Amino acid sequence: MQILQQLINGLSLGSIYALLALGYTMVYGIIKLINFAHGDVYMLGAFWGYFMINKFHMSFWPALITAMIFCAIAGVIIEFLAYRPLRDSPRIVVLITAIGVSFLLENGMSYLFSSSPRDFPQVMDVQRYHLGSVSISNIQILILLTSIILMILLQLIVKRTRMGKAMRAVSVDPEAAQLIGINVDHTISFTFALGSALAGAAGVMIGLYYNSIDPLMGMTPGIKAFVAAVLGGIGLIPGAALGGFVIGIIETVVQALGFSAFRDAAVYAILIIILIVRPAGILGKTTREKV
Amino acid sequence: MKRNLKYNLVWLLIAVVGWILINVLEGVGIIDQFAETTLVLIGINIILASGLNLIIGFSGQFSLGHAGFMALGAYAAALVTQAMPTELGLALGIIIGMILAGVVALIIGIPTLRLKGDYLAIATMGAAEIIRIILINLKITNGPAGLYGLPQLASWSTVYVLVVVTTVLTVNFIHSRNGRAVMSVREDEIAAESMGINTTKFKVAAFVFGGMTAAIGGALHATYIQTIAPNDFGIMESISILIIVVMGGIGSMTGTFAAAILLGVLDMVLQSFGALRMVLYSLALILIMVFRPKGLFGTWEFSVKRLFNRKKRAKEEV
Repeated sequence: MQILQQLINGLSLGSIYALLALGYTMVYGIIKLINFAHGDVYMLGAFWGYFMINKFHMSFWPALITAMIFCAIAGVIIEFLAYRPLRDSPRIVVLITAIGVSFLLENGMSYLFSSSPRDFPQVMDVQRYHLGSVSISNIQILILLTSIILMILLQLIVKRTRMGKAMRAVSVDPEAAQLIGINVDHTISFTFALGSALAGAAGVMIGLYYNSIDPLMGMTPGIKAFVAAVLGGIGLIPGAALGGFVIGIIETVVQALGFSAFRDAAVYAILIIILIVRPAGILGKTTREKV
Repeated sequence: MKRNLKYNLVWLLIAVVGWILINVLEGVGIIDQFAETTLVLIGINIILASGLNLIIGFSGQFSLGHAGFMALGAYAAALVTQAMPTELGLALGIIIGMILAGVVALIIGIPTLRLKGDYLAIATMGAAEIIRIILINLKITNGPAGLYGLPQLASWSTVYVLVVVTTVLTVNFIHSRNGRAVMSVREDEIAAESMGINTTKFKVAAFVFGGMTAAIGGALHATYIQTIAPNDFGIMESISILIIVVMGGIGSMTGTFAAAILLGVLDMVLQSFGALRMVLYSLALILIMVFRPKGLFGTWEFSVKRLFNRKKRAKEEV
């Protein structure tokens, strides 16, 4: 029963990581960039939710949806200003720029709104449901369901719409995609919008789950979500979702076993082992090197 | 040896003049305590970044775990100098730190250097985080609080001398036969392998070399700043070393020097802006990267030899 309980906690934490990892994996798939600023977009989403609920007395759903829209716009602006001028530069340069954007968002928010943590307004009464010895709160159910719905929506967008088809085409070969009339810049902007919207949703939900937000909250989950994306097989949408859930569950299980100090170390150790055994990630296909 | 004697002597002269210059400026009072700290931090950053530049710029392996090796050097030096607060203890601490970092780099490097690009980056980052988490949980390292009140054994001259020594060692390594083998791995791994170069060996060699120099940087950090905590050596530290390398130009030691100095001075100037400091720092970083994507110097190197040759050629033309 204890295991089942940890599984539920792990799943709700994991779905947050999964939502973040999806953004990483999509951006990586399309322009091969580790978007370090992604975790900070998630922080922006949490702050947007905070202000919407506090100042405009919105309920949860409008706050969530406006946060997603706000983050989508923020993601597109970041891409336009910082990454688009560097489209043809070496990847490591774009990576450093992404780190710069991440620093800017973290420090800019600390400067504007102070770096001390604030309480996220509780728009929902916490209710716990007990099934035998397993307890699950309505917020956990909400996080899990919302994440799964968003993931299904994302899968539909990528697989069923014209824009999704364009995204897949660009991620396979940008030049060939351009030749058949796909606007690569628009497609990349759209990818950033999608990924950032998911991060915004994750930000609002984590605010509700942990009750506390601060400008540096995006750093660690951002890195862990990237680890999740690599674990599942970077560039693959189902891989990111799977990776997120795996990381969430590992973390809670290690914590439950009484090694909470080594929680992060366990995540990284498993990452390294998986990378060495299956360098392309759990779901990734290993490609042969051609000479 | 004899062929390059002239150029080597010029370099030695530059190093000695630099040392005298700083000494004189300090004596006159232009360099105060604050400026001296900046100078030392720049020196430490040069040591750290030139090691990372060897790994990223010359062997082409993307490592994000440099702070892990720095941590090993720092803790080794701190623990040794605590037990033995003398100059000898400092030397011993640095050497033990280097050996420790070298061994750990070997253990991490052999399995992970088979990975490529971003996968390698994330694996090395994970390894460095594991080192940090172990340091947090050990008794001897005093947990998350870290070690403080360490004897201040490293002065700016120690740092200066070690900057010169590690730079000479690194540059000589790059220009040696082994260094060329390392660079061939960067250019094309398959081609290098078909020329009979043991690519794994040279990748690991560059990684271990870089890790050992990082340990020197860490040891100096510990014995100059006098306080260390595991969180000083997190991902952010690895990233700030990476920023120096990329900003200077990947594969340019001159660039590493210039970027370390530029960022150090920028940091000092921005000190007076208080909370706005990091905002301006990150803006400067983005702007430099957007407008100079190749870094300040690209792959250009300052070379005394070329300077002389140019002069000679100019004379011949006249």
